[in-house]
Order: sequence, then C-alpha cells, then structure tokens
Amino acid sequence: MIGRDEIQRILALAQEACPADENQVSLTAYDLALTRFSQNRIHQNVAETDATLEIKAIVGKKIGYASTNKLDEQSVRETAATALEFARLAVENPDYVRLPGPNTNASDAAQWDDAVANCTPDQRADLVGEVIARAKKEDVKAGGSLSTMGVEHAVQNSRGARSYYRNTSSHFVVATNKDTGWARAERHSPWLEDLGVSGAGKEAVDRCLAGQNPKAIEPGEYPVVLLPYAVEDMIGSLVWMGVSALAVQEHRSWMCDRLGQQVVCPEVSIWDDARDPRGFVRPFDAEGVASQRVDIITDGVAKGPVYDSFTAHKEGKASTGHAVSALGSWGPWPRNLVMKPGDATVEELVKKMGRGVLVTYFHYTNKINPIETTFTGMTRDGTFWVEDGEIKYPLKNMRFTQSILGALNNVGGIGRQLYRFSGILCPALYLEKFNFTGVTDF
Amino acid sequence: MYKLLEVALDAAKSAGAGYADGRLILRRSQSVAVKNGAIDALAEDSEQGFGIRVLADGAWGFAASRELTEAEAARVGREAVAIAKASARFKDKDVVLSPREPAVAEWTAPCKIDPFTVPIKQKVELLMETDSKMVGIEKVVVRECSVDAYRYEQWYADTDGARIHQTKVESGSDVSAIAADGGEMQNRNYPEDWKQAGWEYIEEVDLPGNAERVAREAVELLTAQHCPADVRTLIIKGPMLALQLHESCGHPIELDRVLGMEASYAGTSFLTPEKLDNFTYGSPHVNIVADATTPGGLGTFAYDDEGVPSQCTKIVDEGKFVGYLSSRETAPVIGRTSSGAMRGDGWSRLPIIRMTNINLLPGDSSLDDLIKGTDKGLVVEGVKSWSIDDRRLNFQFACQYGRLIENGELGAVVKDSTYTGRTPDFWGNCDGVAGPSEWRIWGVPNCGKGEPGQTGHVGHGVSHARFRNVRVGVTEEKR
Repeated sequence: MIGRDEIQRILALAQEACPADENQVSLTAYDLALTRFSQNRIHQNVAETDATLEIKAIVGKKIGYASTNKLDEQSVRETAATALEFARLAVENPDYVRLPGPNTNASDAAQWDDAVANCTPDQRADLVGEVIARAKKEDVKAGGSLSTMGVEHAVQNSRGARSYYRNTSSHFVVATNKDTGWARAERHSPWLEDLGVSGAGKEAVDRCLAGQNPKAIEPGEYPVVLLPYAVEDMIGSLVWMGVSALAVQEHRSWMCDRLGQQVVCPEVSIWDDARDPRGFVRPFDAEGVASQRVDIITDGVAKGPVYDSFTAHKEGKASTGHAVSALGSWGPWPRNLVMKPGDATVEELVKKMGRGVLVTYFHYTNKINPIETTFTGMTRDGTFWVEDGEIKYPLKNMRFTQSILGALNNVGGIGRQLYRFSGILCPALYLEKFNFTGVTDF
Repeated sequence: MYKLLEVALDAAKSAGAGYADGRLILRRSQSVAVKNGAIDALAEDSEQGFGIRVLADGAWGFAASRELTEAEAARVGREAVAIAKASARFKDKDVVLSPREPAVAEWTAPCKIDPFTVPIKQKVELLMETDSKMVGIEKVVVRECSVDAYRYEQWYADTDGARIHQTKVESGSDVSAIAADGGEMQNRNYPEDWKQAGWEYIEEVDLPGNAERVAREAVELLTAQHCPADVRTLIIKGPMLALQLHESCGHPIELDRVLGMEASYAGTSFLTPEKLDNFTYGSPHVNIVADATTPGGLGTFAYDDEGVPSQCTKIVDEGKFVGYLSSRETAPVIGRTSSGAMRGDGWSRLPIIRMTNINLLPGDSSLDDLIKGTDKGLVVEGVKSWSIDDRRLNFQFACQYGRLIENGELGAVVKDSTYTGRTPDFWGNCDGVAGPSEWRIWGVPNCGKGEPGQTGHVGHGVSHARFRNVRVGVTEEKR
C-alpha cells in the first residue's frame, strides 16, 4: 500500500502539472493475493501490487484523459501533459458542464481489516487446506480460490474535492465434483474472520454429494426457487440492461417509458446504497462525489437510474455518486445493490413452491433484449427437482430464456436472509413461473 | 530490461526455486471515440511492471510488481518462492514441465504505420467524418465510432537461459448506431474486429464508407419482422462465425479447462482426454487449427509466455478431434509436448492457456452457393449476445441482423435472430464452408478467463459456413 500522505502528495503534483481550466486526478492502489486450487491441490498462487493514476484535463468544454501506473515525478508530469494536450486537441462536448464541487460528505471508510491486508500465503493455504481435507474425506474433488485485497482510492479536483478511503475485501469460492455431482458455494467479506470459508466448503461438499445421477426433465415453464447465487446473477443482468442514467438517455434501458410504473410485484424493492455496512462500503465515487442511496424499484414501481455528474447535468440534476471511472464513457453504475428481504427461510420457500425446480447457480447469462429484459443462460452446480415441498432428485442443467421483469412479476416468496456478494446484497426467491428452453447433457 | 529480470530470477533461485521465469512488460494503449458528434474519449494509458513465476518444492508461485527497481525485483523473486512453498503444502505431485530448447530471440510483429505516430487531429477528423454520415438518419438515437491502438513490448527470461524480446502493435475500430422508436431498440455495428497491424488496417476498414449502412440497417431492424421460431438451415457470416468458433471450439480445447483447473470459474470441457483422436467433433467439412503464426491475428507471436515457439496445431481434422491447446505443465498429462499456448494478461497476471488463432479452414463453397443451396434458411451476422454451458455443449446466440432464405434466395430482414444447439451436433450438421477468397482473420481483444481475471487477445480465421437443422427464434416461442 502507498499510504494517504504519499497518495495525496502524488495527486497534488499531478494537479500542479496539469494547468487546465479544470482538472480531476485520482489514484487507486492495491495489493492483491489469490490462492487457487483444483483437484484438491493448490495449482496457482499469486500476489501483485499495482496502482493507477488517472488525470482528466478540461479546457473549456474539451476533455482529455491519461493514466499510468508509473508514479515517479517525471512520469506523473508526462501523464499530466498528455491529458492536457489531448484536451486541447479535442472537440468541444456541448453536454459537459463542470466537475463536481467540494464534497464534505466523502470520508474515510471503516472497512479495513489488517488480517486481510496482511494475510500470508501460508494463512491462505491453511484456510484452503481445511476445505480440501473436508472434500477428501468424502472422496470429493474441490477447487476454487481464496483472495485477499487491500485498496486505497483517492480523488481530488480543481474545484476543491478531496477524498480518500481504503478498504479490504476477501473472497472465497469453492467448486466440488464427485462422479456425476457438481456443486459450488462462495462467500465475500471485508473481514477475514467473517468470511466463512469452512461453511462454504461444507455447503459445496454436501450439495455435491446430493447431486449424484441427475435426471433430465423436459424444457418448459416451471416454478423455481432461486438460491441467492442465482438471484445475484439475475439482478446483475437487470443492471446490465439499464439501471444507468446513460442507458436511459440513450434509449437502451428497460426503464425507458416505464419510470413511475408498476413493473414487478409490489413485494420487490431494489435500491443501491454504497454506505450500507452490510455490503462493501464505498463512501464516494470515481469523481469524489459522496455515494447516495438511490431507489431503483420501490414496492414494484420503477423509480429511476443512478447518475454521475455528466448524466446528471444533462437532466439538470445532481450526481448520485455513481461514477465508476474518471473517463466516464461507461456512464454511472450501481455497485452496491440491495434487494429487500422477505420473511421465509429457503426451506419454507421450497415447501411453498411444492413442485418445481431449485436452482443454485446460473451460468454465462447474457442479455437478448434489454427493453424486454430478456436474458438467457444455464443452470449450474446444483439443480434439483422439488415435489411435495421437498427436494426429490438432482436435475441435469437447463437453459432458460426469460424476461427478468416477467419473472419478478410472479414472485411467490422472498428469503429473509441477505447474502453478501461483491456488488449486491440479495435473498433467495421463489418465482411462480420461469421459462426453461433447453437441457444439456449433465 | 533483462538485468532486472535476472536479479529477480537470481533472488528466486537463492530462496529455493528450482526453476523460474519472468516477464517485464511495457504496455501503451490509446483510444479516441466520438459519440453523437462529440468526443467521448480521448485517452491514453501507459503501464509497466514485471511478474516472476517460480517452481519451488515442486509447486508454483507467482508475484508481480509495477516498480522497476533491482531491490523490488529481488523482493518479488523471494515473494514468489514463499508463495510456491505455501502451494507445495497442498500438492499431489511435483509439477513436471515438457521440454523445450531455451531460445534467445527478437521478434517484432509487422506494422506499416505505427498508430501512435498518427496525429490525434487526423483520428478525430476521421471519426467526425464517420459520425457525419449517420447524422440526420431518422430514429438513430446514438451514433458512436472509435479507433484504438495498443502496443505491447515484453522481455522474457528464465533460469534455463531463454531471453526473448517481442513487440506487437494492434489496431481496432468500430462504428455503431442505436435506433429506437415506440419502445423498440435495435443496434448495428461494424467491423467487430481488431488486427495485429498498424494504422494501415484502420484505413482498410473504411469507417466513413460503412457508417451510413450501419445506421440504416439499425433503423431497418426496428420495423423488421421477428425471427421465426422453427428449425431451419442456418448460414453464419464472418464475425458471428468467429464467435461461434471461439465459444464452442476455442474454449473446450483449452487443456487446463479439460483437466479441471478452471472448474470453479469458467468451467470444464466436454472434450475430455479419452476423446482425443477418438471423437467426431463435426462433419468432414470441419477443419480447425490453432495457429499462432497467422499473419495479422491477435493470437500471433513468436514464442509463448513459457518460451515455447509458436505453432500451428491441428484441432479438428475432417471432423475428427485431434488436438488441444496446451502448456508445458499440462501437455505431459496427455503424453504430448506443449502446443505453445501460454499467455498472461500483462505483467501482473500468471500465464495461463489461451487461444492463439483458432481458425476454421476454408472449404470449397461460397456464400452465394451456400445461399443458393438452401430451401428454407436464415443467414445471420452481427454479434448481439452469447451464452454456453460450463462444458461448452449447449449454446444460444443472438445476432444483430438476419435475412430469411426461401428457395435459394435472400428474403425478408428479421430482427432478434437467435439460434441454439449442442456443439458436436451443430458442427456435425455443417455441410458447407465458403472458400479461401472469403476467408479472413478476425480479432477478439476481450476474451475473459482466469482468477484473478485476465483479458486475452485472440484471433479467429473464418469465412462463412452453413448448418442444417438448427433451432432458431428461441425468444419467439412464448411471444
């Protein structure tokens, strides 16, 4: 890690070296370590340290951008000069107004764990080894990864914005296989002690053992219970299809012409809140603007997208603190979604469904029609047939082709436990209708 | 630059490494983009760093840093060994590498006009001209175009004595249009391609000459009929066929996937080792190679990131499955030597098995003949979306632009064209491939794989191909 004082010294140098009408400078530095295992052995094991300095120069309404990971004075000055040169060579962007002003809300974050930041290769091996031992005991093959990361992020601009935070994150995923059974589980946390490696290992081993000799069922419309892993994928796909103001402004979002309308069941509420301590806190965005809670769907009604300063200015609004890069081409993005939980356990959802399909994971989902929110993908790593409210037998994986809003219009129940993923807190869901369009060999 | 790598390798050996290799990389990228007549991006990135991979106690360790000092090189070398020793606590046996001669070599990819020397003003003017061709076309709500340049210079050294310096330049460009009306949205883009080449490639692509067509086709799709839901003959053109090849052949032949090394993330493969030389992947029309020597391909190089020379490996020979993409560690498992497919995404990421240029060799037909020989069909182009299961069997793709075929003639334009299938059945139903005059290499600069995530630059040489009995229009079945 570089440290707050050194980062702010480098940013001050970059600002001084970039005498544009306005400038924005940011620096993200990280140390990442990842231990990867396969077939009950560690096969890849890596560590890296890197940083990116980004400089945005604005001359009138002309914008230039340059970035580097070289942080010596000469490189910083050269990068600043490139950004300034590019700004002078650009053509005016009539939609540009100004950079965000000073922001007093941005502050240090509390999510820092020395145990994550200082986790050694041997400590990671110990945690992975525990899962391997459990798998071996059941004659199961386990693979996956355990990663630990410390990040520092700082943004400053010529209008006086000055923000810094650091955080840690740890992630564990385990996939298991024995004969014809496959399973997977994952955990994510800012704190190593809270990560739950052992629990994930037990979950994946148990589900793998339960997944032997899967049967095929005919494609068609079935009720489903989606575990949080699949829900995370589905809500993520809904975001890809347009929860950004840029997507709405460019007519490629499902929100177009639907704002204020009832789009899904009233039981469904989804919002973005980067300050919710249950998730990975992100106190400010890539422009240094304080992250705000944004209601996306409230009681089934489409409320609105997230904004960065550029898209906000276009509509005469204020940024909601959702810029994801200094460059801005991607537009704003919600990275801390929360789906309102219900009051049921997964077992209760399965019992309520009675007859249908229990899906653990989706795989390789992709949008087909963002306006209709149609997406396709496969089930993976634990699909089961449910009858009389009980899991009866494992199923071969199936392809689905389904409108997400359509699925959320048929919610039969919502889980009460929120699972923490990197970008979302979400529960399990019981959906009364889900359209499977194919089946695969396994 | 070799000096710094040698400091790291020496430190690794002193710390207990039995073998070590390292790569020091300088990368530079530049992007100029115009959206709706205004600059959307005028950006440049430059980075440097080195990564050291070691074998200690029979297991792998890897460490990387952006700081190019000898002190940091020594620290990183030692860190990689410490990591390897932790790996060794959970190994089943020592890693064994297939042999190769340590090379000392220099290689620079062909590039006529260095794209970084082309004035920004010229690039902006090209894009503004491109944009102007789409202005005023009714119902076009977003106009975008861009040119990108990428330079990659790598020094490789290992404890066997190899010293390899390679430099390549890649260029890419795109023009796209989104049309919207009455709750409907459609998009088209061109050329969906990158090339290992310089600015001369951007001039060949002719963005201004294609911009109006792209925009008008996006508008045309708004009122086009939906792709029918039935089973018919499918003809896949250029970039869409490249993607089909990428997903249903390129990934399942990666031997690390086959051996379960990617199981927890991208998945495994249906092409398990017992199928090698013993499985019908496709019809006799299907001939596929992994060729790291194809001129202009994004998967072209002289040596891979283990110092193995570039090769052309037969993958599918007249429909029979005969080869894998492999590495020095994985090849011995199937009794072969490395096919030279190890590449890392920059200095900070461990080399893993990546596609080189996965090429469907040309047949003896033509697009015209393929269409003429089709009674009831659909011809598709333009990548819209893709999805395939974790063993690469069941897939479903969506295409931007479709045309129906009736009695050997092109008919109505259709939108939301989707098709689905099972990989060996689908390629088994291939009954025609267009010839060499319609064959070219396409570049994919964004292939994702690995943990931490890596982006690979790969190539696919294809012409056009025809497939019988394909289920199309999946999204229409419940409409």
